[in-house]
Amino acid sequence: MQIDFPHRQSAHCENGVVSNLMRFHGYDFSEPMVFGIGSGIFFSYIPFIKMGGIPVTSYRTLPGAIFRRFAKRIDMKVESRSYSSEHKAMSELDSKIAEGVPVGMLTSVYYLTYLPDAYRFHFNAHNIVVYGREGDNYLVSDPVMETTTTIAAADLVRARFAKGVAEPKGRMYYPVQFPKEINRKDAIWRGIKRAGFDMTEIPIFILGTKGMKYMAGRLQRWPERLGDRKAIQYLGNVVRMQEEIGTGGAGFRFVYAAFLDEASSIVGNTELYDLSKELTASGDRLRDFAYYAGRACKSRKTDVLSFAELADILRECATREDKIFRRLHQLAKDNI
Amino acid sequence: MLQGKFRKLYYATGDGAHYKGVGSVGWEPENVVLEQAWEDIRERVAEARAKVIAGEASPVLYHMERTLMNPDILAGHIGWPALVVRLHLRPFFFGKLSKKTLEKYAYAFQIKPEELIDITKIKDQ
Repeated sequence: MQIDFPHRQSAHCENGVVSNLMRFHGYDFSEPMVFGIGSGIFFSYIPFIKMGGIPVTSYRTLPGAIFRRFAKRIDMKVESRSYSSEHKAMSELDSKIAEGVPVGMLTSVYYLTYLPDAYRFHFNAHNIVVYGREGDNYLVSDPVMETTTTIAAADLVRARFAKGVAEPKGRMYYPVQFPKEINRKDAIWRGIKRAGFDMTEIPIFILGTKGMKYMAGRLQRWPERLGDRKAIQYLGNVVRMQEEIGTGGAGFRFVYAAFLDEASSIVGNTELYDLSKELTASGDRLRDFAYYAGRACKSRKTDVLSFAELADILRECATREDKIFRRLHQLAKDNI
Repeated sequence: MLQGKFRKLYYATGDGAHYKGVGSVGWEPENVVLEQAWEDIRERVAEARAKVIAGEASPVLYHMERTLMNPDILAGHIGWPALVVRLHLRPFFFGKLSKKTLEKYAYAFQIKPEELIDITKIKDQ
C-alpha cells in the first residue's frame, strides 16, 4: 500500500513533519508557520546537565512541544502513543499504513541509514513520517531530506527502540480529528504570546534571553577554567547546536523571522514585519558569532581576548532579542 | 564531510523583501565544528582500541566507542544498570559474561557474538 504523500523539505524535522502531515490532510501550513504557532523558539543553557561531558545548550523548546502546542492552538486532536513491544509497534504501524494514514514517529538519527554518516549521532528525538511499505522496506518522508527515501524494516525497529536519553519507545502519532474552521489569526497571536513569555518572562536565569547573557558570562571564562582543549570542545558544541542541521541557520532565528514575515500579512500588522527585520539583524550577529567561533575551533587556540569578544556578540544578541520578544509579547497581549 | 550529496534547507531574505527557503550544502563554521566532533570520536576509538589490545579493557569498550555509545545507552540495551556496564568494560568481568548477555551486547553493536569476543579482529583494524 502506498500513499501519495506530499513531501517537502524543511529545515527542522518536527516542523517539517507537522507541515507535511497537515498538507496531506488538506491544510496548508508552511514550516515557519508551524514553528511560530507552536512557539518553537527558545534558548536554554543548562550547565549542570551534560551530554557527553558537555553542558546542554539549546536554541529551541523541548522536542515534541511544537507539535503539542500547534495542535492545541488550531484545536486539532492527535493520537500519540508509545509501545513496550517492538512487534506490536511495527504491526500497528503496518495496519495504519494499510488504512492509508501516514504516521509520524520518533526515531534515533544513528540508525537512519539514509542520512550521511557525518550526521549519525545518538540523537533520540528525530521525527520522520512513514507513509508506505514495499516488501521489507518502509517508505520514509524525512523532512530534512530533499526527497523521500526508504529504510529497511530492521533498521527502523532499531531506530524506534533506541536506548539512552529520552528513549523514543516506538512513539508514533497521527492527527485524528480536525477543526471545522481554523482561526489562523488567533493561533498566530497565541503562539507569539507564548514565545514572548518564554524568551523574556520566565524568572530563571538560565532560560530565554537571560540564559544567553548567562552563557556569555560563562563562555568568557571557559579558557581559564577548563583549559584550551575543553574550551574549544564546549564552544564547538554551542556552534553545532546553533548551526547544524535542523536549525535553518542562526539557531532557528531565521525560521522565526520567516514566520513573523508571513504572519504580518495574515494578521495585517506591519509591526510584525519590522520585528522580523530586527530579528534577522540579530540572527546575522549570531551567524557572526558562529563564524568567529568556527575560526577559533579551526586554529584550536583560545586567546582569552577572542572568547571575550565572542561573549560580547552573544550579549549584544541577547539584548536585541530581549527587546524584540518583549515587544512581541506586548503586541500579542494587546491582540488576543 | 557530507560527501557532497546532501543539501539542507535554510531560510533567507536574499535580495527580496520576504523570506524564502533556499537549499545549501552548509557553510564553513558548521563543517569545522562537525569535523571537530568527529575527530574527538576518532581519538576516543583509537584510545579504546589501544587499551583493548593491551588487555586493560574489554572489547565492549572498543565497540562502545566505535558505535558512539556510552554506558547509559548500553544499559538500556542489556537491561542492567550503567554501573554493571562499566564493570563489563574490564576484561575480568567481561570474561564471566553469560552467552545471553553477550548476545544482547552483540545486538546493540550490530555484530555477531563471535565477533564481540574476537580481539584479533580489533587488532587488524
